[in-house]
Amino acid sequence: MASIAPLLLLVLLSTALTISSGSVDGFTINGRVKIPQGMGTKGFVLPGKTSNVKVILNGGQIVTYLRPDGYFSFQNISAGTHLIEVTAIGYFFSPVRVDVSARNPGKVQAALTENRRGLSELVLEPLREEQYFEIREPFSIMNIVKSPMGLMVGFMLVVVFLMPKLVENMDPEEMRRAQEEMRNQGVPSLASLLPGGGRN
Amino acid sequence: MAIRSFFIPFLLFVLCFCSSLSPVLSLYEDQVGLMDWHQQYIGKVKQAVFSTQKTGRRRVIVSTEENVIASLDLRHGEIFWRHLLGSNDVINGIDIGLGKYVITLSSGGSILRSWNLPDGQMVWESFLQGPKHSKSLLLVPTNLKIEKDNVIVVFSNGRLHAVSCIDGEVLWKKDFEAESFEAQQVIQPSGSDLIYVVGFSASSQFKMYQINARNGELLKHESATFSSGFLREVSLVSSEMVVALDSTGSILLAISFQNGEISFQETPISNLVEDSSGPAVIIPLSVPGIFVIKTNSVTIFIKVIGKGKFEVVEKTNHETAVSNALPISEGQQAFALVQHAGSEIHLAVKLAHDWDDNLLKESIKMDQQRGIPHKVFINNYIRTDRSHGFRLLIVMEDHSLLLLQQGAVVWSREDGLASIIDVTASELPLERDGVSVAKVEHNLFEWLKGHMLKLKGTLMLASPKDVAAIQSMRIKSSEKSKMTRDHNGFRKLLIVLTRAGKLFALHTGDGRVVWSHLLHKSEACQSPIGLNLYQWQVPHHHALDENPSVLVISRCGPSSDAPGVLSFVDTYTGKELNSLSLIHAVVQVIPLPYTDSTEQRLHLLVDSDKHAHLYPKTSEALSIFKHEFSNIYWYSVEDHNGIIKGHALKCMCIGEVVDEFCFDTRDLWSVVFPSESEKIIATVPRKLNEVVHTQAKVIADQDVMYKYISRNILFVATVAPKCSGGIGSVTPEESWLVAYLIDTVTGRILHRVTHHGARGPVHAVFSENWVVYHYFNLRAHRYEMSVIEIYDQSRADNKDVWKLVFGKHNLTSPISLFSRPEVITKSQSYFFTHSVKAIAVTSTAKGITSEQLLIGTIGDQVLALDKRFLDPRRSVNPTQAEKEEGIIPLTDSLPIIPQSYITHALRVEGLRGIITVPAKLESTTLVFAHGVDLFFTQLAPSRTYDSLTEDFSYALLLITIVALVAAIIVTWRLSERKELQDKWR
Repeated sequence: MASIAPLLLLVLLSTALTISSGSVDGFTINGRVKIPQGMGTKGFVLPGKTSNVKVILNGGQIVTYLRPDGYFSFQNISAGTHLIEVTAIGYFFSPVRVDVSARNPGKVQAALTENRRGLSELVLEPLREEQYFEIREPFSIMNIVKSPMGLMVGFMLVVVFLMPKLVENMDPEEMRRAQEEMRNQGVPSLASLLPGGGRN
Repeated sequence: MAIRSFFIPFLLFVLCFCSSLSPVLSLYEDQVGLMDWHQQYIGKVKQAVFSTQKTGRRRVIVSTEENVIASLDLRHGEIFWRHLLGSNDVINGIDIGLGKYVITLSSGGSILRSWNLPDGQMVWESFLQGPKHSKSLLLVPTNLKIEKDNVIVVFSNGRLHAVSCIDGEVLWKKDFEAESFEAQQVIQPSGSDLIYVVGFSASSQFKMYQINARNGELLKHESATFSSGFLREVSLVSSEMVVALDSTGSILLAISFQNGEISFQETPISNLVEDSSGPAVIIPLSVPGIFVIKTNSVTIFIKVIGKGKFEVVEKTNHETAVSNALPISEGQQAFALVQHAGSEIHLAVKLAHDWDDNLLKESIKMDQQRGIPHKVFINNYIRTDRSHGFRLLIVMEDHSLLLLQQGAVVWSREDGLASIIDVTASELPLERDGVSVAKVEHNLFEWLKGHMLKLKGTLMLASPKDVAAIQSMRIKSSEKSKMTRDHNGFRKLLIVLTRAGKLFALHTGDGRVVWSHLLHKSEACQSPIGLNLYQWQVPHHHALDENPSVLVISRCGPSSDAPGVLSFVDTYTGKELNSLSLIHAVVQVIPLPYTDSTEQRLHLLVDSDKHAHLYPKTSEALSIFKHEFSNIYWYSVEDHNGIIKGHALKCMCIGEVVDEFCFDTRDLWSVVFPSESEKIIATVPRKLNEVVHTQAKVIADQDVMYKYISRNILFVATVAPKCSGGIGSVTPEESWLVAYLIDTVTGRILHRVTHHGARGPVHAVFSENWVVYHYFNLRAHRYEMSVIEIYDQSRADNKDVWKLVFGKHNLTSPISLFSRPEVITKSQSYFFTHSVKAIAVTSTAKGITSEQLLIGTIGDQVLALDKRFLDPRRSVNPTQAEKEEGIIPLTDSLPIIPQSYITHALRVEGLRGIITVPAKLESTTLVFAHGVDLFFTQLAPSRTYDSLTEDFSYALLLITIVALVAAIIVTWRLSERKELQDKWR
């Protein structure tokens, strides 16, 4: 059993993540970009439409595009550690660290740099979708009420309709005293403030 | 008491208001295009192939010098699809295979790709390798088949490949053993199964290989020697003859290789043209029976008659462009010829075998600012009366692309804008009074209609059609594209200089080209190369009746010590005011902070002999300059040998000619980096026109820190010399990055920090008292961004109020860079996900608004990141006081919030630079990002706190006011009645 596991792994690697010393100078990195069907319904990239996805090695050293089935490959790569970035409008891809070993060409390592997750095969999937716009909230009464103007209106309504109620519930004795006080202070009534109010 | 009772609800109200604002800057989808615009370009066209099949839309496939392949609509010139290849992946050739694939050969002939013609999806990619570098030739024969498979023939890297058109599989390959064989042409005579490869070997040998196209078998190999050698270019005049020049450029050679026999026919050019002078060059073309040579400025068309006999058919002094031949009917081939003559261009379409007869001859008026035609491509169509019509695609000197048909320009594209090298902003003219009444009335109706629609939209009553109308109305609002200055300073002109040496003025409102100006060519300078743009005259106080102008510095030739040319261009009209051809070179330009009485800025130009020249050359400028003579310092960076030097002025030039505007300079200091361990990869100074609001920074606990603000600090980054290769080429142990802050007046190193295991490329931005730089961390294998902030300690004890009261502070003491500054620095590093192409920082009119970093990512998007995320005072658990101050808890990586991409769902393809220009409104900054595409937008880093936003709900305001008025009336009535009742009682 223990002897089968590495064999299986080798088979996996040879199908998906082949880093081979194909020619005289350098190695080849093959991989695949997969955008799940469930994603991409927001309209940025149509599902399966991969013509504008770029795969970039080492910050622009090599740029390549995807084949219709999502596969890509880099050739003439030196041994060492490389960085692969995928750019697609509407998706967030983590850069991938790929180690190409010169001593044993079959051995490869790939890991997402964002969350340090190792990849057994070089299939790159977006970590999340990117929504570039705010969603406009639908029209609702609560929004208006919560807005500063709504609060103003609300406050005013409270004053107009609840204050008289409060005044009514007051003790008539106390009320008279308060009115007396007010008259003494000479607080003008609302009616006399308004134009035409003074005539009565 | 009363004040307080009023104040508390007000405060609460303000708090409520503020809490409703979300911290991120973002956009609703229907706001796209309101304040931003996006333009797509492709660059100067190198090669064009037409696809005019009966079915499907007519298109032209082009490859450009910006490394773009694109499919353009032949009717309108719009882009169907476009791909920008990597910078190391230069396109060598394009063609169309099987009528539905675009075949591109790139990367020095080692990558062959096929793209789906309708949508630009890559179909296959094939890597072709070979023993050595060579010229790359792509040939897509129309009717060569191997087992029902169409074949592409590629010669590259010294090897001939036959590649299947369907899946990119290499069917056969053939090496050419001869060491120095250089193929010049791959010929496939139609209807045969043979491929001829002809070329030169060892400079004097002509070789011809005949190859079986089915299996790559070498059928015949011939070589012949011509004693005086060849020039490299050849012109193919028939499928069995090429024309070449001997190495002196004075003898024409007809080389025929019919039936595998090579024969030379020599004809001295002087036999054909009596007054020929100087060596000739052949213009590589493939027109049967005709070839073109050029001596000095004369273009000569020569016809081949019979076996190696030549006849001159035309000589012309005009700038001429010739297309390749186009088969139009059985045995007939047509080609186009475009000549530039004054304000017109003459077009002619001729048949290859009949020079005197023109199929088409037209003259078209051409904008002088487009220069001369550089390239022409021809395409034909069948008119309804079965005669041939022709379309010509012309590439002009300013890199623009035009389609001509039936004597008119059908469409044109300003593709020079794909290669902007410098940008500056200019104000628009002031608004003048006097608006006609008719315009107002018309506007009133429109205004009412617009507002009705908007009301419908707000009340959610609008149909989808109305919504579209509202959207287009908002975008097209005439207000933003007016040609006058506005109150908020949003409307400006962006003056851009392109690689073709053309100036464009773009309106910030809608991005249209207001004027364009091709740099003036003079006798002294045939092809000036534009270098930089500077603001020459910005009238705002004294000389308001003058128009603002810009200074364009260009160089007369490719070498750095070629003499310079100065052009002064009026930014309102685009007219060249003056042009000076200098006798000295321009190595460095120093805009001085002084202006003369007409507000012309003084500029110091340093030449290659280290003399400084003052411009403008007026006595007034000289007297201002003399006054500040000892205060002028500058620095220069010699990055190839790792030296940074500081300079100052010494005295007047000592020479035989007295020039009082020329000054000798002296070296003040130099910083030499050890070449074995450090190599300069980035130097970033502070922006010259940046405004800083305050030196003091109030931190938690009412404490104050003083920013060390000096215009003369330079950020320098050096790396280990081994790090110059790719990311994978070094181990973390042998790579490091050293960041320096250097005072450029004294050469003092204010701060130095080493990042072990880090490497370039470094992108940095310097503003106020901080620098942010982006680099690669090899240990973590992630990109990192670091911030360094520098504070002045000598003022730190000014916090004491009593000292301030008794005047014992040193706030007013003059600052001199010669006194040793007591500075402290704080720094912090964070991970950042993406590679970066450019970094900029927002700039506002007064510098009060908080700043945002604008990061151009590898995906050609621009991300706005609040500077608060790059604050060295961030800690994992900030105290309550620090939280109130707005310090964000420390995280190891910087957040990428999709809503803060200012380019939203767009890409600025091939992003190269980001420029920010302050608007007059303090909260707002204008951002212009350029690459192959252009993108412009307005940004408010702390929201528009000084004006109402676009989505401010006027309807709600109106409703509130109405409700309040109604309530007042109701209460008034009630109160009136109450009073009446009181009186009756």
